[in-house]
Formats: sequence, C-alpha cells, structure tokens
Amino acid sequence: MLEELLGLRTSQIEVIGLGVLVAVTCALVGVFLVLRRMAMMGDAISHTVFFGIIAAFLIVRDIDSPWLVVGATAVGVLTVWLVEVLTRTRRVKEDAAIGLVFPFLFSLGVIMVSMFASNAHIDTHVVLLGEPALAPFDRMELFGVDLPHATWVMGAILLINLLCIGLFYKEIKLATFDAGLSVTLGFSAGLIHYGLMTLVSLTAVGAFDAVGAILVIALLVGPPVTAYLLTDRLITMIGLSMVIGAISAVSGYFVARALDSTISGSMALMVGVWFALVFLAAPERGVLAVLRRRERQKWEFAQQVLAVHLLNHPAGELEERHIDHMYRHLRWAPHFAQSVLQRAQRRGLVVPVDEYLELTPRGQQLARQLLTHMGQG
Amino acid sequence: MMSVRPAVIDVTDLTVAYREQPVLWDIDFTVPSGVLLAIVGPNGAGKTTLIKAILGLVKPAAGNVLIAGKSYREQRRLVGYVPQRGSVDWDFPTSVLDVVMMGRYGALGWIKRPGKAERKLAREALEKVGMHDFAGRQISQLSGGQQQRVFLARALVQDAEIYFMDEPFQGVDATTERAIVALLRDLRERGKTVVVVHHDLSTVIDYFNWVTLLNVRRIAHGPVAEAFTPHNLALAYGGHVAFVPQLSQQGAA
Repeated sequence: MLEELLGLRTSQIEVIGLGVLVAVTCALVGVFLVLRRMAMMGDAISHTVFFGIIAAFLIVRDIDSPWLVVGATAVGVLTVWLVEVLTRTRRVKEDAAIGLVFPFLFSLGVIMVSMFASNAHIDTHVVLLGEPALAPFDRMELFGVDLPHATWVMGAILLINLLCIGLFYKEIKLATFDAGLSVTLGFSAGLIHYGLMTLVSLTAVGAFDAVGAILVIALLVGPPVTAYLLTDRLITMIGLSMVIGAISAVSGYFVARALDSTISGSMALMVGVWFALVFLAAPERGVLAVLRRRERQKWEFAQQVLAVHLLNHPAGELEERHIDHMYRHLRWAPHFAQSVLQRAQRRGLVVPVDEYLELTPRGQQLARQLLTHMGQG
Repeated sequence: MMSVRPAVIDVTDLTVAYREQPVLWDIDFTVPSGVLLAIVGPNGAGKTTLIKAILGLVKPAAGNVLIAGKSYREQRRLVGYVPQRGSVDWDFPTSVLDVVMMGRYGALGWIKRPGKAERKLAREALEKVGMHDFAGRQISQLSGGQQQRVFLARALVQDAEIYFMDEPFQGVDATTERAIVALLRDLRERGKTVVVVHHDLSTVIDYFNWVTLLNVRRIAHGPVAEAFTPHNLALAYGGHVAFVPQLSQQGAA
C-alpha cells in the first residue's frame, strides 16, 4: 500500500526504514554525548570501531560472526579509555588526545585490511561513506519476517539502548549533570560513563556497518544539538532528537534520489540543513527570534528612557519637554526620536499638549517603577 | 562540654597529593556532632580537597576518614553534599524541581524512579530556601544566588545528619546570604553537623561556632573562641591577613 502511495519499491522502503532506524538509535545515545561535551569522542569511536571489526575478523575469519560486533564495541570503549589516560597525564589536552588516538587506531585498521584482508569484501571507501542501498541484498529471516540483515542488527541495538537508558535514566541524568554528587550518593560515575560509552560504541558498530562512519557522526551529534535549540527538558530533547534524526534520514533519501547521489551523504547533509533551519527559526533560541526580541527591546528601552526623562523634568522645565527638541536632549537621531514618540503615544505613555510632551498617569507609573527598580538593582 | 559529644567526622593522618605534591599534609581532625564548622584558609590551602577526600571524591595518599565511626561508603546516607556552584553545567536541560529531586536519588537506589513523595519533599525544600515559585523554571534562567539556593534545597531533601558545603557564600546576593545563614541555624537547631568551606573571615564569628584553619597543614581547629585567634590567622595566612577577629578585646585596636 505504502509502495503504491509513494511509488517506491520494497527495497527502497527498506533503505529508508534502515536510515530511520539508524538515525533514531544514534540520536538517542547522541543526546548524552552532546550533553557530556563528548561530540568529538563520538567521531573518534565511529571510526576506530573499524579497527575493531578488522581485528576481530582476522581472529575469527568470518565476516558475519557476532564476535565482530563484540570486538568493535570493545575497541570503541578502548578509544575512550586511551584518550582519558592520555589526558590524565596532563601532557596532552583532551581534544589533542582524540586527534592522536582516533587516526592511530583507524589507520591501523586500514593497514590491516590492505595487508591481510584485501580479498574479503571490506572496502575502505564504503566504510567511510557507507552504502545503505546495498543493505536489502543481504537478508535475514527471523520469526518468519524477512528483512535486511542490517535492519535486524540495528533494531536489536536500538532495543538494547532503549532498555539500558530507560532503566538507568535517573542515574545517567544525575551522572551527566553532576558527577560529583552522583559518586557521593553511591552511583559510580565511572561505571555509568563506561556503560554509556559501550552503548555509543555498539551503536557506532551497527550504524557504521549500515551507513558508514560519516553518517554515524552526523546522526550522533546533529539531531541532539538541533533538539537542544528547541527544548529545555531532557526527556523532550531525547524525543525531539529522535524525530529530527528520522526526518533527516527520510528527507536525505529523497534528496539523494532527486540528485541521483549518495544516500549516506545526502542524509548527513540533511542533518546539517535541518540544524541550520532550526538555528534560524527556533521559537526562542533561534537567530530570528533573538533579533526580533532585540529589536523590540530597543524600542521598549527608548520609551523607558523617554518616560524617565519626562518624569525628571516636570512642568516647569518646558524646554526639556519640547516635542521638536526632544531628540537634542536625548541625543537621538531625529527620525528615531520621532518614531519613539509615536510609539510612546500609541501605548498611552505620553500625550502632546501644545508643543510639549506630558506623561500620562500610566507613563508616570512606568517611570517611577523603573526608578525604584534601579535603586534596588 | 564539647568533648563529651560523639565525633561524627574523624579524620586521621590524611595526606592528599597531586603527583607527589602534597595538597594536604597529615591532617588530623575530629568534628563533634551538632557543630557549625567553617574551614578557612588561603587559596590553594586544600579546603575543597579536604571535603572531597572525606567524601571519597579524591583518593588520599595516606590516612583514614570515619563518618560516625564507619567508612564513608557505609555511611553515605548520613551525608549531604553541596558542591561548588560552578562545578556543573547550568545549561543542562532540566528544571529546578528536577535538580532538587536528585537529592533523593541516593535513598531511592538504582533503577527506582522518583515519584510523588519525592516531588513533595523537593517542593518543601524549595520553600525553605525561598525558591518555591521557581520549581518549574529551567535552571539556566537562575541567578547565581538562586542556583546556590537550589543546591542547598537539593542537599536538604537528602535529609542527612552531616552536611558538607563547598563555598556556598561565594558570589551570592544578600538575600541568598541571609537564606543560607537562616538555613545553617535551622540545621544546627535540629542537631545536624555542618562543615562549610568558607572564604569570608569577617563572618566566621557570626555564622559558625567551630573553625578549622587550614594551609596544607592543619593550623588550628576547635571552637571559634579558641581557634580563631590573630596568632593562628597569621600562621595560616603567612602574616598577610588584613582581618583581625574581634573576639578578644585586647587583640583588636
């Protein structure tokens, strides 16, 4: 039915579905990476797991063995550990440590492929950019349902992530916000940290296999950062992040089709596009909203200055209140002053009496309020 | 009179070092139950390190810490902790009420989620620090003093016997300072023990009844009247102290 509706073949729907699945899985753990300021660690992990896959493959000699996932996950966690050990020596800063560990392990993987596994169908180009379009050709039947192998793997990883984060939501939240309190209350921040990093690594392994390293890092970081602009509640941020990830995947697929280009690349591109849109148009934190607010505040403040000025120069000082001279006293550009006067009149703060401005009772009240508040501040 | 009260904190021969550089040298100190203790000393004296070592956040190179006669691990339910305000990211996506409820997490244990009871306790604690109207606020919208009061409320819901507070008065407004002082008195009246890392020498006598002067080594420790003397302050601050306590009349003027 869906096929007829959208004019898509089953295999195409499977590719989109896989993209959405990967996006949602990455977005879930990505939220915690971003909140822990570990976005670049996500980048590192999504590449070094490649070394893990190769190393495990050379030991078990079976490209479909589950040991590959175990080995690669372990290497992801090893990456985190190595970076931390290097950082702790205080000889190397954390960002530099990531820059050392990540290419080291990744190139070790690349060299191992070219030396020992060039006949196995592991292509370093596909590894980086991924090719989700190939996923439907590698199938697996489980519980009488026939789906792409990668879909099963990713589905299982999503389930594991949901289960772990669901069960330990409170602990992960606490350790992410305040590791010190977490430890004093008896929740080992280290244990939670490495638990999370295991989930990130596992996610990276599965996603990497399905869509390539570049898309993994885009999906780990982009949707959470975008969601962060839209909400200030953790649970909402997780939900939005998953939705944004899914939207990026679907829209990316259609962009790829329209441009007849790479699916992974287009999905990663759309992550950036959606971020840019939200960055501009988010209701409170978006650039446009901030500009609009600043513009409003500018006029609001100018009217306050006017009201206070008039309050400070009451009836006797006519010259200070002359409408045509107002801009000179306040050192405003004439057209700006005119505009402020009009706005203040429209708001009922001031009234013109002959050629002079008078504060209305409302204007007086505002000016007095402002002056008392300043005294307190 | 003080000596008959049981010690709730017993630190013996505590040395903490960062790469062979001692930050705390062989500290011995005993805190009787029910006192308000200020830990004062110059920058880099090891004040924060001392409470972190007591709470097991920093691993000592030597020495031992007992809380009510047992190790911290066994007694963590007795202890409430107020870290420095700057130690967390206030842009974290969460509400004031949520942060306060975190104080109950220890009592809840693993996996179990906070519920109605925790929310009620958190609201009560917020009321005590004058932050009741802020329960639903996003924490990034708070001023420094309000952040501090949220942290205090979070410690209050822990319903501990011994509180450790790291510079609660640092950079807060007058309202918050008054709120903290009232809270300290309230805790003392309820028989709690409070250990506060403190910076402002001029308020030590008003706010606390015990004091520890620290400068890597323990310089002095005891009731304010005995330990907080010009002589000890000169020892702790290397003679550069501009402040003279008004305890003993002959010492001033």
